[in-house]
Amino acid sequence: MQVAEELKKSALVSIWFMFLTFPIMVIRVNTIYNTVEWRWLNMALVGVGSFFLSMLWRFMIRRKERGKKKAEIKDGAQLTLIQRLMQSRRVTLSGIVLVAIFAMIYPFVFSMYQTSIMITALIYVMCGLGLNIVIGLAGLLDLGYVAFYAVGAYSYALLNYHFGISFWMALPVGAALGFMFGVLLGFPVLRLRGDYLAIVTLGFGEIIRLVLENWNEFSHGPSGIANIPRPSFFGYDLSLQQVTVWIYFLMISLVIFTIFVVGRLQNSRLGRAWVALREDEIACQAMGIDKTRTKLSAFALGATWAGMAGVMFAAKTTFINPASFTIWESVIILCVVVLGGMGSIVGVILGAMVLILLPEYLRAFSEYRMLLFGAILVLMMVFRPGGIITNVRRTYRFKGKATTDGSSA
Amino acid sequence: MAAAHNFGKEVLEVRSLTMDFGGLRALDNLDLSVRQGEIVALIGPNGAGKTTFFNCITGLHAPTEGEMLIHPPGQSRTQRLNGLKPNRVTERGLARTFQNIRLFPNMTVLENVMIGRHCRMSAGIPGAVFRPRSTRKEERQVVNDSYAMLEKIGLEQFVNELAMNLPYGAQRRLEIARAMATEPFILLLDEPAAGMNPQETRRLDELILRLREQEKISILLIEHDMKMVMSLSDRIYVVDYGKKIAEGSPEEIKRNPAVVKAYLGEEIDA
Amino acid sequence: MDYFLELFLGGLTRGSIYALIALGYTMVYGIIELINFAHGEIYMIGAFTALIVAGVLTLMGWNEIAILVIASIVAVIYSSAYGFTIEKIAYKPIRKAPRLSALISAIGMSMFLQNYVLLAQTSDFLPFPSLIPQFEFLESYAHIVRSSEVVIYTVTAAVMVALTILIKFTSIGKAMRATSQDKTMAALVGIDVDRVISVTFIVGSGTAAIGGVLIASHIGQINFYIGFIAGIKAFVAAVLGGIGSIPGAVLGALVLGWTESFFTGYVSSDYEDVFAFVFLVFILIFRPAGILGRSEAEKV
Repeated sequence: MQVAEELKKSALVSIWFMFLTFPIMVIRVNTIYNTVEWRWLNMALVGVGSFFLSMLWRFMIRRKERGKKKAEIKDGAQLTLIQRLMQSRRVTLSGIVLVAIFAMIYPFVFSMYQTSIMITALIYVMCGLGLNIVIGLAGLLDLGYVAFYAVGAYSYALLNYHFGISFWMALPVGAALGFMFGVLLGFPVLRLRGDYLAIVTLGFGEIIRLVLENWNEFSHGPSGIANIPRPSFFGYDLSLQQVTVWIYFLMISLVIFTIFVVGRLQNSRLGRAWVALREDEIACQAMGIDKTRTKLSAFALGATWAGMAGVMFAAKTTFINPASFTIWESVIILCVVVLGGMGSIVGVILGAMVLILLPEYLRAFSEYRMLLFGAILVLMMVFRPGGIITNVRRTYRFKGKATTDGSSA
Repeated sequence: MAAAHNFGKEVLEVRSLTMDFGGLRALDNLDLSVRQGEIVALIGPNGAGKTTFFNCITGLHAPTEGEMLIHPPGQSRTQRLNGLKPNRVTERGLARTFQNIRLFPNMTVLENVMIGRHCRMSAGIPGAVFRPRSTRKEERQVVNDSYAMLEKIGLEQFVNELAMNLPYGAQRRLEIARAMATEPFILLLDEPAAGMNPQETRRLDELILRLREQEKISILLIEHDMKMVMSLSDRIYVVDYGKKIAEGSPEEIKRNPAVVKAYLGEEIDA
Repeated sequence: MDYFLELFLGGLTRGSIYALIALGYTMVYGIIELINFAHGEIYMIGAFTALIVAGVLTLMGWNEIAILVIASIVAVIYSSAYGFTIEKIAYKPIRKAPRLSALISAIGMSMFLQNYVLLAQTSDFLPFPSLIPQFEFLESYAHIVRSSEVVIYTVTAAVMVALTILIKFTSIGKAMRATSQDKTMAALVGIDVDRVISVTFIVGSGTAAIGGVLIASHIGQINFYIGFIAGIKAFVAAVLGGIGSIPGAVLGALVLGWTESFFTGYVSSDYEDVFAFVFLVFILIFRPAGILGRSEAEKV
């Protein structure tokens, strides 16, 4: 009987997990005080939990298989509801209007604390859009993106500390430095493929952080740099509340700017070259695309946004130290891009919102946040590897001679 | 097919091309030339070095020895291909297709051809970001030119389809369309008829001839389909173990005993 | 001269531990082309399991050697079990998905396991009982090398030998080699690819666990985060030697261990980690496939 079969399987899984987690969940040894604690309740919880979860898991996997088979039969990409919605111009427009209104009133409706969180989310949106160029479009697996973010932040902090440079001057400097470092770090990795590229870029990220941590004379080491001024508002003195709102709107403008530029880049000769590079490096060279220039431009243009976001970050938190620029930051930004659906601007925005805002609002589970985060990543990849917005690239739709213009979201 | 043409001077000249991979000599002192408007075939058993030859002249491998020269029609200067990167070779006017189809699978048919136009466009980062009128005009032009190319090849009905969804024969033709979009003076086709049925092969024959007539290009063709080779080619080179073992018109090659022994076997009737 | 020797042996120690962990990375990569980010956590779980067993048995008054042996065996069993389970949950379902997805899944699993141990145990640094006996014949060399280090060398060497025997002379080893070269063909000739993959994870996790127990005894304390750092270093070692190559992993690990040791001893200890990464970048730029890696030439 099917039900009995299922129950048996789940029971076996349950027993397995009870065995597996026995030492760590049940026994708590404290070698400082030489005590041992036995928590049998945990074992019961694991047993029951894994019993039901395993049934749910098998159910979901079967559903996934069935979904895949249907897609194969129907031949071609199955568009989800969201994608179909997005293809209708009217829906997209009204969606944008709604989002715009919401964004405008946000800081006045929600508390300063929540606005501050939204600013953080927007910073990640910007970084995500930048990394999207490198990974989503050009297919270059960069795990050290945080390096550029750090460059931006520290450039503002240090230029301000030594020369009194204001935020407004630092912003383009951060962008330029990001660009330069993108080229610098891109050069050595031109020949590397796939996983090697990932590791080396990860290495670069760590190298930069470690240098910042140890080169005390330059970066002030682990204690970081404090008293970084916030962006000025026409010379007026603002309260903390007001300045937060000011920074919020600054961020919104920057993000809009980013979306605009990135969108333009995506739909240009260069953007197409990036995608061709991702699809087939050898064929793209054979078609006359300069591989080196295309890769470097992807790194450089992607890094520019991180540089600017870094300046913003320093201005917002007024204090930076190397601990803010670990591998985990790169990982989070990577997840923003992947979860959101690679190559899709809307997807990246959604991904950032979900990844940053959700943990904040799950503060009730605060201790379990990272645990859930990890679990969600795994689950997302197993059940929806394409991300929230599975990317159907808005490609050039030819509508007739002499009138076509590419468009994308 | 072949007789009616009066071929111009040589557009591609390869002398003593040698390619060693460690201990393996893939090409051995190979000489080859293609004249303007000619259709030249490169035939030989598998592993004879034909694709390696393509890879050398298109810049994927640096040959151990030898000279690779081009004389683009309309230009008086001779140019050397040695040391050029693949994209530069394409810029100079050589375009190729691949033995195992290498399209951009997740891009549409139109976009694949648009990539071919890349090296004939000029917009860079400022153009992309600021979109001045010149760039917008260029973008419109690219789309139109690409569509026109699709019409020439007969693929316009697939224009917005993803390349990976195309039927096999159409994919092979798309590769040709994409290569043609780079405005080459010589087209290098690597087994374009592989896996095609007789009907598709005939269409391909017509396409190749049409391209030669209308686009005024030369064609260098690697093929195993002897019927196609014999009917299309003006001249044939036969290679085996990286060495040229024969060169001549289809009639000459058919009767050449060394060629028959090494490659053609019993059936030659083409 | 003594100092040099001390650094040399210290490097050997590091290299041995890195090797034990790197093996798992390289074997898994060789077979399913996945960077198992969670591997460092397996190592950490091995150490923790050993700690827990040792803690319980110590309180029950068992003798040291027995505790060492039992704790090691249990640690290996449990790490292998975790490795096996992780593969089934986070990697098997996405074998056909793009590589980036598998990478993210591995990262997620790594975070999950770290926090799992953190929440179920503690964030404190827990002292690890020194289980390895002090050998009298090494007394005179105590300033250069400790007993625990000698144990580390010997055990590592033994593990390498055992692994080589497994890979070269057993049928499962042959199956592993075949599968890592061509999964489809291996399946077609009747190899149970799923089983081979599971075995790979089990063996890789087991060696990592041994490393965990050894280093925990040697250093004397553990905490939930040790997997991360060691994992990255071991991974660097595997890539350095050529990921997918078992001798490469050992070679890369030794090279890394020695260069780290000499660098910190003679130049500066602050930039120890920087050096490791710079070294990695350097090697990969000039020899992208790693020291012993197989340069996969793409057929055009």
